[in-house]
Amino acid sequence: MISIHNLSKTYKGVTVLQIDELNVPKGQAFGLVGNNGAGKTTLFSALLDLIQPTTGHIENNAVKVNESEAWKSHTASFIDETFLIGYLTPEEYFYFIGELRGQNKADVDRLLAGFADFFNDEILNKRKYLRDLSKGNQKKVGIVATLIGNPDVIVLDEPFANLDPTTQIRLKGIIKKLAADTGVTVLVSSHDLQHVTEVCQRIVVLEKGNVVKDIMTSQATLKELEGYFSGEDVLKSEISGDTVSNSDSIN
Amino acid sequence: MFKHFITLQWKGFFRSASLKANLIFKIFTALGALYLIAMFTFAGIGLYYGLQDNGYEPLQTLNRFMIYYLVGDLIFRYFFQKMPIINIKPLLLLPFDKKKIVNYALGKTAVSYFNLVHAFFFIPFTVVLLMNGYDPMGVGCWLLGMIFLFYVNNFINIFLNDILSLVVVVATLFIILGGAHYYGYFNITDYTLEFFQSLYSTNWVFLLPLAALILMIVIAHRYFSARLYMDAGLAAKATTASTENLDWLNRFGRISIFLKNDIKLIKRNKRSKTTIIMSVVFLFYGLLFFTGGVESYDNPFMKIFAGIFISGGFLFSFGQFVPSWDSSYYPLMMTQNISYKEYLTSKWYLVVIATAISTILGAGYLYFGWEAYAAVVVGGIFNMGVNGHVVLLGGAFNKTPVDLTSNKKAFGDSSAFNIKSILISVPKLVLPIAFYAIGHFTLGPIFGYALVALAGLAGFAFRNWTFKKIEAIYKKEKYKTIAAYKQEAP
Repeated sequence: MISIHNLSKTYKGVTVLQIDELNVPKGQAFGLVGNNGAGKTTLFSALLDLIQPTTGHIENNAVKVNESEAWKSHTASFIDETFLIGYLTPEEYFYFIGELRGQNKADVDRLLAGFADFFNDEILNKRKYLRDLSKGNQKKVGIVATLIGNPDVIVLDEPFANLDPTTQIRLKGIIKKLAADTGVTVLVSSHDLQHVTEVCQRIVVLEKGNVVKDIMTSQATLKELEGYFSGEDVLKSEISGDTVSNSDSIN
Repeated sequence: MFKHFITLQWKGFFRSASLKANLIFKIFTALGALYLIAMFTFAGIGLYYGLQDNGYEPLQTLNRFMIYYLVGDLIFRYFFQKMPIINIKPLLLLPFDKKKIVNYALGKTAVSYFNLVHAFFFIPFTVVLLMNGYDPMGVGCWLLGMIFLFYVNNFINIFLNDILSLVVVVATLFIILGGAHYYGYFNITDYTLEFFQSLYSTNWVFLLPLAALILMIVIAHRYFSARLYMDAGLAAKATTASTENLDWLNRFGRISIFLKNDIKLIKRNKRSKTTIIMSVVFLFYGLLFFTGGVESYDNPFMKIFAGIFISGGFLFSFGQFVPSWDSSYYPLMMTQNISYKEYLTSKWYLVVIATAISTILGAGYLYFGWEAYAAVVVGGIFNMGVNGHVVLLGGAFNKTPVDLTSNKKAFGDSSAFNIKSILISVPKLVLPIAFYAIGHFTLGPIFGYALVALAGLAGFAFRNWTFKKIEAIYKKEKYKTIAAYKQEAP
């Protein structure tokens, strides 16, 4: 579904992203982890054509994202609050996104009804503009909006950050459900290793812009990741059967 | 301590993405300021002799009108003087005394151009008074009193900027007093004349404005110190949301999605609301031309000029800042299921609809003869057909984000001062006048009008072609624009 070729991004001589080849097949729940500055947001921004790669390109369903706008119709994303329109109420925002994705109000309402728990009665019918909602509630709106109109690709940058524990658990449920659906490709980035191993079928670790690990999630994945990020890469030998250095072999 | 604040501001200015636009804007502002200083100085010297030659006692006459000067100054400040914005939140946790932060913010207004410029009027005027044998002691006290009064204005303005109800109170007071004066019920100037005159004649009276000033400083200091908390003065004001049904716009098809959004944008944000006010102001701007009130405006070329402005108020005040209106959520617009073409077309429709409305409302100019209204109509056609595209083209180079929640800079936004934008906007006014001139000098005024209208219609005919070109430019500039909008509005 998503394929990255020779992608690199260089700012003033510093390469912040360098991925030769990475393929995410349709229906995969793909997790991206890495420390601050590892290039997670840069990768997602390039995928959404918000920044121009220095070399290479990304294809989304065989559409080169920097050449055609056709990928927009099947891709939904929430990166940060610049994806929200502050002067709209949450309902108006959902309807706006819905209209853009060919959904009428009834369709959107039906979808929203399923998220009553997730919203915890703090979002809908509150007569508040998005700009006046708390950061956490804004994030909920942004995440749910990506689900409108059954997109094939959903990109979420740090969806768990800023959310309360209850909402984190509910969000995990939502993403798991999406992951179970083989039609939807979900790309999630996170600092939270536990969350990401729970919901993703595959995890890629970025460090200084390079892919340093590409793992199909298993029982041992969390331990391996914790080992990696704490600098004690000792468990590697035990689970080497799951570790693949080149993503091509997965596909 | 102040050094820290100043370096922060300095870095904020020089490290902003719109630095170039800012610099050019500052240069323009500086030139304007120099011009005003010169005017004030000449007025300060000339006023004395002018009044004397016409048989008025200069000081007394000035004192009679001083209240208007002060009121005018206050109104001018309210609209133009920018309140000092220092990025306070990150400073709160640092070991800065809160008093110092308030001191700096208030102190910064004190050295504002809006205070200093009056010195260029009053000091020369005082010198002339002294040269003409006025009592030095009295003149000195009068000057001090005046300086204090202008600083009192400075602080009143700070409060006006923060408390909307106070604006209503002050405006009502002005209207009542002005009305009472105009209809001859009560002349405030008789009383204020006494006061201003006594500043000169009685040596201790200047202490009154001084006392008022000190009081203002103390109140301002307390007021802002107490509000330096995240949930008080620094909190964003939340408003109750209103929802509205704009389904009647659905007839425009897919474009309607954006039109509905843009109407909400205009209605719900301070900054964009002023575009509506500006459109109305522009609607009346033509009166200057058609009433013959200003002599140099009283010629056929200027009437085309007026026609462009009357119908194009919205085009100039809103269209100018496309796509910056959407700057706070530009990445959303760029990743949603929206093509650039749809996005631009919707903005174009909005501008065209508003221009059409202005053109229809401009029918009032029929009062000044059919030719006056013809100028408005052909101006409107040209605005819709040609300028609507030009304004979108200029927008492609617009890199300054718009802060929707503040209307402070609506009257002199630096984003308008972008070399490319300026060059692109020149034809908006020059072209129609040129077309008219060609017609005017060959077959007469009617042919001139026809040429302008034809140019507008030609613009409609080439719409699809022009849109393709504009779209390509937007695409090319896209990444730069996204990066620039990421920065806070300067």
